[in-house]
Amino acid sequence: MKPQPLALKVLNVVSVLLLLAALGVVFLYAPLEATMNYVQKIFYFHVANAWVGMLGFIAAAVAGVVYLVKHDQKWDIIELAAVEISLVFFLIAILAGSIWARPTWGAYWTWEPRLTTAAILEMVYVAYLLLRQGIDDPDRRARFSAVYTLIGAISVPITFMSIRLFRTIHPVVIGSNPAATTGSFDMTSKMLISMFFALFTFSIIFVDLFWHRIRLGQLAQHVEQLKLEELQ
Amino acid sequence: MNPHSDPINHMIGVKKLVKRFGLKTVLRGLEFEVQEGEFVALLGPNGAGKTTFLRILASLSRPTLGEVRVAGYRLPIQAAAVRRNLGVVSHLPLLYGDLTAEENLRFYGRMYGVLELKQRIDDVLALVGLTSRRRDLVRTFSRGMQQRLAIGRAILHDPDVLLFDEPHTGLDQDACDMLDRLLREVAGQGRTVVMTSHDLARVEDLASRFDVLSRGVISASAGRSDLGGKNLLDFYRQALAG
Amino acid sequence: MAHQQTTNRRPSPIVHPSSSSFLKAIGAIVWKDLAAELRSRELLSAMLVFALLVILIFNFALELDPLTRRVATPGILWATFTFAGTLGLNRSMAVEKDRGCLDGLLLAPVDRSAIYFGKTISNLAFMIIVEVVVLPVYSVLYNTNLFNPGLIVVILLGSIGYVSVGTLLSSMAVQTRTRDVMLPILLFPVVIPILIAAVKASSGFLQGLALSEVMAYINLLIVYDVIFIAVAYMVFDYVVEE
Repeated sequence: MKPQPLALKVLNVVSVLLLLAALGVVFLYAPLEATMNYVQKIFYFHVANAWVGMLGFIAAAVAGVVYLVKHDQKWDIIELAAVEISLVFFLIAILAGSIWARPTWGAYWTWEPRLTTAAILEMVYVAYLLLRQGIDDPDRRARFSAVYTLIGAISVPITFMSIRLFRTIHPVVIGSNPAATTGSFDMTSKMLISMFFALFTFSIIFVDLFWHRIRLGQLAQHVEQLKLEELQ
Repeated sequence: MNPHSDPINHMIGVKKLVKRFGLKTVLRGLEFEVQEGEFVALLGPNGAGKTTFLRILASLSRPTLGEVRVAGYRLPIQAAAVRRNLGVVSHLPLLYGDLTAEENLRFYGRMYGVLELKQRIDDVLALVGLTSRRRDLVRTFSRGMQQRLAIGRAILHDPDVLLFDEPHTGLDQDACDMLDRLLREVAGQGRTVVMTSHDLARVEDLASRFDVLSRGVISASAGRSDLGGKNLLDFYRQALAG
Repeated sequence: MAHQQTTNRRPSPIVHPSSSSFLKAIGAIVWKDLAAELRSRELLSAMLVFALLVILIFNFALELDPLTRRVATPGILWATFTFAGTLGLNRSMAVEKDRGCLDGLLLAPVDRSAIYFGKTISNLAFMIIVEVVVLPVYSVLYNTNLFNPGLIVVILLGSIGYVSVGTLLSSMAVQTRTRDVMLPILLFPVVIPILIAAVKASSGFLQGLALSEVMAYINLLIVYDVIFIAVAYMVFDYVVEE
C-alpha cells in the first residue's frame, strides 16, 4: 500500500485542529441564543453534518454517471466512498436534529420535509449497500450500483418536493437562510460566522475522510487482485 | 485449418481476445478462425472459459480487448447485424414453458422479423420432428424434445452461424442420437458451427475440426484428417498437458 | 475449402431492420407475457390473493370506524397495490431469468429498450388487472363508491410510474443473490413520490375536491412518470448487457 502522501498527512492534522477550533468557536465565541441556550449550539453541527452529507450525495451521483460513461473501476470506488460518508454524516445530522428537536418542539422526530427526506435517503443508501453485497461480479456490481445511484439521486429530490407539498407543519420559505426554515431564531453576525466556520471545518473533514476511504477502496481492490493471482 | 490471415473471409475471426471479469482474466489473447461451413468442436476442462468465449461470440458478453468478427461483422459494435446471422443453443432451453411449441417459435419469429412465419414454423417443426407436439406446452416436453425445439428456434431465422454450448447435457442415449442426427442435418446445410462439449466420443463423429481451449487460449487445433491414427482423447490430453 | 464471400447461400427470409421491427418486438414480448400468463394464471392469482389478503389484514390491523375508514381508503389501496405490485414484478422477471430466456431476448436483433418497454407494458397490464379486481371488491367490502373517473386516472398514472421504475429495478434484483427480497428494498424508497402524490390525489378525488386543488399532485405524477420512463429507458442497457 502506498504510504499516505504528505498532503494527506497534513490534512489529517488540519482536520483535527479545525475540529477542535470549531468546538471552541461554537462554545466560546458564538453567543448564547436567547430562548434555547446551549441546546441551540448543536445546530451548528447539525447543519455542518447535513452539508457534508449533501456533498457526499452529489459526489456519489456524479461518480455514478461518470462510471457508466467511462467504465473505469476507480469511479466505482469513489462512488462507494461518497455513499458511505454521506450515510454516516446524514445519520449524525439526523441524530443531532433529534436532540435539538426534543426541547424545541417536544418530540424527537417530526415528519418535517427535510428530516423525512434524509431518512428516506438513508434507506436508499442502505438499499445500495445491500445491493452491492448481493453481487459477486465486480463489473456488474459497479454497473448496478451506478444505475441505482442515478435513480436515487433523481428520486430523492423529487421526494423532498413531494413531501414539502404534502406536509405543512412548518411553513417553508424558499430562499431564506436555513435558520428561519428549521427554527425560530434569527442569527446574529457572530452566529453566522460560527456557522460558516463549522461548515468549513466539516468540508475539510469530508475531504480528509473521502481521501482515506478511497485509499481503503484501492487497497481492497489490490488485495482482491493478489488473491486472484495466488489462485491462478 | 487454413492459415489465411485476412479476417473478412472467415466466418468467425478472433484476434488477441482478452476477457476480464473485474480483476480475473479468463481469456488471454485468444486467436480463433473458422471458415464457412466448418464444424468446430471446442474442447477444454471446466472453467477454461469455453462458455465465456461462446457468449462473446454470441454477442451476449463484451470483449475486454481484442477483435472479434462473426459473419463479417465486428463485435460489439455491429452486434445487431451479427445477431441476425446467429443461432444459439445453450444448455438452458431458452423456451417459455407456459407457451406451446408453436407459440414459442412464433414469438422468436416475430422478434427476428422472420418473413412468412407460418410456413417457416411448419418447416422447422417438421425438421426437428415435433409437428405432432406443436400445440403442447413446452413444460410438458422431455429434455430431449426441448433441445430439439431449441435447435428449431435457433435455425428459425436461417442463420449462417450456429453456436452450441454443451447441447448434450442431461440427455439420455436415444435423445443424444436423435440430437446428433439433427445436428448433422442442420450443419450439413452449409452452416458454420461451433460446439463446446465434454463428450469426446460424440464430438469425434460430428465435427470436422477440434480445438482445445486451455488456460485462456486455444492451445491446440486439428482437423479430422490431421488427427491421423491418434485418438481424440489422446490429442485432447496432450493439448492440456502441453 | 474455397474462399467465398460471406454472403448468404440462400435467400434470407428475414426482414431488414426498420422502426416497425422495434414496435413489433415490443408487441411480441407483451403478447408472449399475456399469453403465457393467461394459460398458467400463476402470477395473477398470486397477486390477487395477496392483494385481498392485504386488505383483510388492514381491516383487522386498523380497526377503523366508517368515517376514518373513508379517509384511510386511498392509503390502504395504495399500500395494497405497492405490495402486490412487487410480486408481479418479481415473477415477471424471474420467468426470464430462470430458463435463460433473458439471453433469448438479448440474442434477438432488436434494441434492448424494446425488451424494457415490452416488459414494462406487460407488467403494467398485470397491475391494472389486479387493480380492476381490487377496486370493486373494496367498494363492496367497505361500502365505499370507488367508481370515480379522477381516481381511475390517478391509479393509472401511479401504476405507470411504479412499473417503469419497478421493471428496471427488478431486472437488477433478479441478477443478485438475494433476488426476491432485493426488489422491495430497492423499489420502495424511490417510489415514495408516487405514493405521496397518488394518495393525496386519490383522496382529493374521493372527497370531491375541485380539480385545481388536486392538480399539483397530478402534475407531480406526470412529471415523475416522464422522468423515470426516460431514465429507465436510457440506463436499461447497462443493466442487461454484460
